[in-house]
Amino acid sequence: MARKVLVLGEVRDGSLRNVSFEAIAAGKTVAEGGEVVGVLIGEEVAGLANELIHYGADRVVVVEDEKLKQYSSDGFSQAFMAVVSNENPEGIVFGHTALGKDLSPKIASKLNTGLISDATNVEVAGGNLVFTRPIYSGKAFEKKIVTDGIIFATVRPNNISPLQKDEGKTGDVSTISAEIKDLRTIIKEVVRKASEGVDLSEAKVVVAGGRGVKSADGFQPLKELADVLGGAVGASRGACDADYCDYSLQIGQTGKVVTPDLYIACGISGAIQHLAGMSSSKVIVAINKDPEANIFKVADYGIVGDLFEVVPMLTEEFKKLKVAQS
Amino acid sequence: MNIFVLLKRTFDTEEKITLSGGQINEDGAEFIINPYDEYAVEEAIQVRDAHGGEVTVVTVGNEEAEKQLRTALAMGADKAVLINIEDDIDYADQFTTSKILAEFLKDKEADLIIGGNVAIDNSSGQVGPRVADLLNIPYVTTITKLTIDGDKVTVVRDVEGDSEVIETSLPLLVTAQQGLNEPRYPSLPGIMKAKKKPLEELELDDLDLDEDDVEAKTKTIEVYLPPKKEAGKILEGELDAQVKELVNLLHHDAKVV
Repeated sequence: MARKVLVLGEVRDGSLRNVSFEAIAAGKTVAEGGEVVGVLIGEEVAGLANELIHYGADRVVVVEDEKLKQYSSDGFSQAFMAVVSNENPEGIVFGHTALGKDLSPKIASKLNTGLISDATNVEVAGGNLVFTRPIYSGKAFEKKIVTDGIIFATVRPNNISPLQKDEGKTGDVSTISAEIKDLRTIIKEVVRKASEGVDLSEAKVVVAGGRGVKSADGFQPLKELADVLGGAVGASRGACDADYCDYSLQIGQTGKVVTPDLYIACGISGAIQHLAGMSSSKVIVAINKDPEANIFKVADYGIVGDLFEVVPMLTEEFKKLKVAQS
Repeated sequence: MNIFVLLKRTFDTEEKITLSGGQINEDGAEFIINPYDEYAVEEAIQVRDAHGGEVTVVTVGNEEAEKQLRTALAMGADKAVLINIEDDIDYADQFTTSKILAEFLKDKEADLIIGGNVAIDNSSGQVGPRVADLLNIPYVTTITKLTIDGDKVTVVRDVEGDSEVIETSLPLLVTAQQGLNEPRYPSLPGIMKAKKKPLEELELDDLDLDEDDVEAKTKTIEVYLPPKKEAGKILEGELDAQVKELVNLLHHDAKVV
């Protein structure tokens, strides 16, 4: 059945996040031939509407208000619900981000619907829309369907491929007004800790360090490797606990879950809690002095050796490769 | 202050997961308080000790969850409530659990409700915000600091590594992120005392709820284990040759760079 599906375009630092394009692709599957409507919420966000359309949205609805400059669950739910009551959608897709995780249950509650969180795939199978999601920290997976009401899901970044960008695609962009009031939570201050540059949860390449990096300075060669590959630096809990880096870099059961194309684990032993955050990466490389380290069990390729020797050599080799490619 | 903690009994993180009859095999597995809910219990106890009042721990599950409730009581919570749905409900989803918890909480005049930000088994992270919405109170998720001054509350929220300082007010629901506190271990006297603390058991009837009111909106149709990864390739030879081979493999075979 063809459905009308709303997809929230998430704006961060004035740009759309990649996961929003992936959510549009998921929305297309959910729509089964119906319409995918992008939704933009913020103070001044209409300028991003066409990008949603280039990535596959059929049209875009914008809600702008100065009270929506910063995220609040009250403000954003009021704005989103205004779009819902105008559009009467049969499906909704958000990214499974800090914002998506915070907002989606509130919307689901208001709509009296189910919600499938953190989906890594959606497909039509046996006449149903079937969502796949990791459970037990990625040690198992479940397939879920919606049995009643609106189809509502959040999708994990980096798992569903966005549609091919088509800059020639056009669609209607409309603005609706919503009454934004009685915000009960107010952001007073944002303390930036996450590193500038590539977003860890959306990075295609992650170079992660563990206790084996030995110090904060020990992360420097990892950063150089990440830079050459256009990737982001991450860390195990061990490295964060030892104060080698900020907790914003932590990958694992607590911390971020990442699914890059390439994960390079440097001096990480591979505790089960760490594996929960990265074992679904497409290709895993382990570099560790200890040949018995658990990380080698999940690695596609392993080098037994000192990361301070191996990582700079890797950086040099990748530099050569990049030069050869350009 | 009237404080409630939403608690879930979960698999121990270290357990190996196996399937039996298409379901996660629970035989012989260790069960614990969901680790994020432990932060919630600890925070509730600290808030009570600073501001006075009472901590009630509540769970939706079956009678086996009594053990985890007793642990929370031994940590220092005052009362526990088990909403036992085993006889009434075959399949519960987050809609089900939230409805039940909200129905239980609606006339309790809670000042503060604390839960974990996510349960490590199903990891949907929905129940906290859903309960707050049903009770029509504000919520803040993934918090790492909570400061209460009268009705005014200041919360630090973890947002993918960045921190937001948020002002809000009671009544309030928050969900705990790692870093909020260090949960205490139950002391021996605590364990002895916990045996005498009230643990109330309720069923849907007691909440004037019908199975139809809380019927799940989603359904799990299959559970499976990830495909076993083939043993990886440990490279051999001189280190510089290994590095060259690795770059070659990543470029030509895996095609990820």
